[in-house]
Amino acid sequence: MLTQSTHDIATSLNRRRLLAATAGLVMGLATFTSARAADDTIKVGVLHSLSGTMAISETTLKDTVLFMIDEQNKKGGILGKKLEAVVVDPASNWPLFAEKARELITKDKVSVVFGCWTSVSRKSVLPVFKELNSILFYPVQYEGEESERNVFYTGAAPNQQAIPAVDYLMKDEKVKRWVLAGTDYVYPRTTNKILEAYLKSKGVAQEDIMINYTPFGHSDWQTIVADIKKFGSAGKKTAVVSTINGDANVPFYKELGNQGIKATEIPVVAFSVGEEELAGIDTKPLLGHLAAWNYFESIKTPANEKFIKDWQAYTKNPKRTTNDPMEATYIGFNMWVKAVEKAKSVDADKVIDALPGTQTANLTGGTSELLPNHHITKPVFIGEIKANGQFDVVWKTPGLVAGDAWSKELPDSKDLIGDWVGKKCGNYNTKTNKCGGQGT
Amino acid sequence: MLTNVLRNFRALPFAILLIVATALPALAGPFEDAVSKFANDEFSDTEEAIGAIATGGNPLAYTIISALQDGRLMADPDTKKVYVTQIDGKIIDAATGAPVASIPDSAAAVRLNNRLRRTVEAALGGLTLLSPDPAKRIQAAQSVFKTHDETMLPVIDGALQKETNKGAKLAFSEARAAILLFKADATDAEKLEAIATIKARGDQEALALLTGLTGDQPPAIVRAAANATSAIQSNLVLWSAVQNAWYGLSLGSVLLLAAIGLAITFGVMGVINMAHGEMVMIGAYVTFVVQEVIRTSYPGLFDYSLLMAVPLAFIVAGAIGILIERTIIRFLYGRPLETLLATWGLSLVLQQAVRTMFGPTNREVGNPTWMSGAFELGQITITYNRLWILCFTMAVFAILLAMLRYTSLGLEMRAVTQNRRMAASMGIATSRVDALTFGLGSGIAGIAGVALSQIDNVSPNLGQSYIIDSFMVVVFGGVGNLWGTLVGAFTLGIANKFLEPVAGAVLGKIAILVLIILFIQKRPRGLFALKGRAVEA
Repeated sequence: MLTQSTHDIATSLNRRRLLAATAGLVMGLATFTSARAADDTIKVGVLHSLSGTMAISETTLKDTVLFMIDEQNKKGGILGKKLEAVVVDPASNWPLFAEKARELITKDKVSVVFGCWTSVSRKSVLPVFKELNSILFYPVQYEGEESERNVFYTGAAPNQQAIPAVDYLMKDEKVKRWVLAGTDYVYPRTTNKILEAYLKSKGVAQEDIMINYTPFGHSDWQTIVADIKKFGSAGKKTAVVSTINGDANVPFYKELGNQGIKATEIPVVAFSVGEEELAGIDTKPLLGHLAAWNYFESIKTPANEKFIKDWQAYTKNPKRTTNDPMEATYIGFNMWVKAVEKAKSVDADKVIDALPGTQTANLTGGTSELLPNHHITKPVFIGEIKANGQFDVVWKTPGLVAGDAWSKELPDSKDLIGDWVGKKCGNYNTKTNKCGGQGT
Repeated sequence: MLTNVLRNFRALPFAILLIVATALPALAGPFEDAVSKFANDEFSDTEEAIGAIATGGNPLAYTIISALQDGRLMADPDTKKVYVTQIDGKIIDAATGAPVASIPDSAAAVRLNNRLRRTVEAALGGLTLLSPDPAKRIQAAQSVFKTHDETMLPVIDGALQKETNKGAKLAFSEARAAILLFKADATDAEKLEAIATIKARGDQEALALLTGLTGDQPPAIVRAAANATSAIQSNLVLWSAVQNAWYGLSLGSVLLLAAIGLAITFGVMGVINMAHGEMVMIGAYVTFVVQEVIRTSYPGLFDYSLLMAVPLAFIVAGAIGILIERTIIRFLYGRPLETLLATWGLSLVLQQAVRTMFGPTNREVGNPTWMSGAFELGQITITYNRLWILCFTMAVFAILLAMLRYTSLGLEMRAVTQNRRMAASMGIATSRVDALTFGLGSGIAGIAGVALSQIDNVSPNLGQSYIIDSFMVVVFGGVGNLWGTLVGAFTLGIANKFLEPVAGAVLGKIAILVLIILFIQKRPRGLFALKGRAVEA
């Protein structure tokens, strides 16, 4: 969902690519020689940026996969073999993601890859996974409008995060006026398009919707926060739906706090702000602002408490937080393990066929299931920011919500479904009964 | 802040009842029942409890509800006992007011959501309309102004008669006007007078109130309201220009602060220093470390943390600057392309080093109390942190200018950068001056980091977001001229802020970039070009 800072100029990309490619080559050769010796292990690829702009978010997920592998090996591995992680660093550089993916699959012969954060990095590796027929688990909430045979989406689709959040504000907070604020790239633009269509279908007038986009890393929020304040003082209850990218959030929330916009007046519900992002802010002025996720660290279930305890022990850091994409990684990893055990093989085709229908416990007390469209069922929680940087769950969906690969709100995709079990098609048009419909 | 009072005022009826009930003797029984409801951990029960307590007239009502607002109300779900930790740290039983030695471990703070927080504020507002503190009375009157609840009229009238404080009197009369404007049986004269009062207030909320006035009013009232609306609107347009100018100054000061170090290393020395942003980042991390030490060892000094961080950031960033100059840059003078690549590589090294030492996630740098919040100036909101940064930038600029002008080091710097060989033959140790100049530029970038840590992320990427803007300011203002950097920064800041409301943040930024490119075509040396032989050298 997030994208690299605009400040990386072309030369930097080339140079960085060259450096990283050389490093990668050396690493690749090293792992190649060791690969022949260790045929009794199953290799798991980890494709998360460990340097560059996205390192801030993705490093944690790399650690999570390593942690999961460690736990699984303690239980004896899978099919009598130990798991072995192959970690590469695509350095927040989208073309490098594709190169590294190819390297993982062809040179290191990994059976599965956990990786990517931004949509653009996912789009960059898609052709590689299709061509080489391997498996990618993608653990981040994203804009939807996609269902691929080789990819399993364990993060939230828009109907598992954005739509329930708006429903909550409409019903519980009686919000009548909406500010859709986002960073200027594909995830916020698609999400806001879906939300705008949804709000209009609920009878919200055009003049009660304000849409605002800002560049990456935007740090001067004075004008926009003042605009929001003005928009919100028209006598109708107003809320801000924020798809602002991780890095720009800190100055945004600081400005909100300083200009005195309190959650009781204009609540902000964010889709990209989790426990990790709040770690960089003094949260006292933000009390009551909201976030919508499928997991919060503060949720009290035995599974979650054990997970947090083991994670902090593994990282040897008693303050280390957990977040939603980590839970998505946890679910994806466990689903893969179950599917491999069911298929009795790590062969990509067999595992891809075994995955739909796999059920595994999530950390919030439910059981998530992998659907034929390669998305999963998840509960949706609305949390309010507390003074200690954690979230207090104030609302949740009664049951689990099935992820829609294609949004029902957009005219171009409302007839499409993904079904890799019956129809063997990611974009099946239910009106024309043909495979190959178009998304937006 | 006065404007930050709730908009939805659902619990007002309770507040009225409370004021009526204060005259009656307190009743036992229902109060204890209400208090125990806090222990159920259900939002609906908490809401009922607040309502019952606010209307019950028990003297503990204010203590309990204000404790609830601050998260000091603890409830034990097992025994249904509820406790208040008072501001002085003493603990009492909420139902009886009796002191308690300690709170059991099973007790947890009573949870609130936004709806309940509004209910709590409303209940407290009702409890504070007759508070002895004028600021609290004004706040309560403001919330009545927004909700214009008819049932509050007698209370407001009563309060207005007794009121002696000027600010509170105005707030009460505005609240009264708001109620009368929407009261069905108010006379036309009363309504016209109300419109005049609201028009005099002249802010966004007055406008919201007037535009909210619905159709079936006498023509005279409708006309008066329309006139008042347009008067307020034109007044607000004027204020919004003032506001844009202020935001422009503020953005300009941030640009200037980020660019001022570069004006030395790039502007005066001619080194294309791509690692400039990383010096800013190092300054921000120094602030973080200083605050960490203060937090763990001397929490009382937190408000002075920035003052301590400034000299330390200067020293640390300056020392790193000197090290860089001595080990890398001095071998590359006169080779701009290689300097560019070397410093750019260095910036990556520094980023990754910080990432390894402090981790990739953001670090929390707190705002001291004197830099938090905002005040109202007319119809615009001015935040303290931006104001202080503006002052700080001007101070840094003045000190730097004085240093270059009046100290011997400043003189030597100017001599060396203007004509190195001549300066050397006059006995100036040019390589020492080079190192000190680069150190000075880096040190100032470090100081900028202290200020920027107050408004931006403290992460390894902090510097990257300022490097392009800094170069833009220096090139636009004129290389080698500090005054040019000053004018350039403020011009860009103000232009950006006037474009932003019209074109949006993304297009605004593009427009600025295009304008600069066009400007540079016309005047390649920027706004204030250096003249004379030094330029050709």
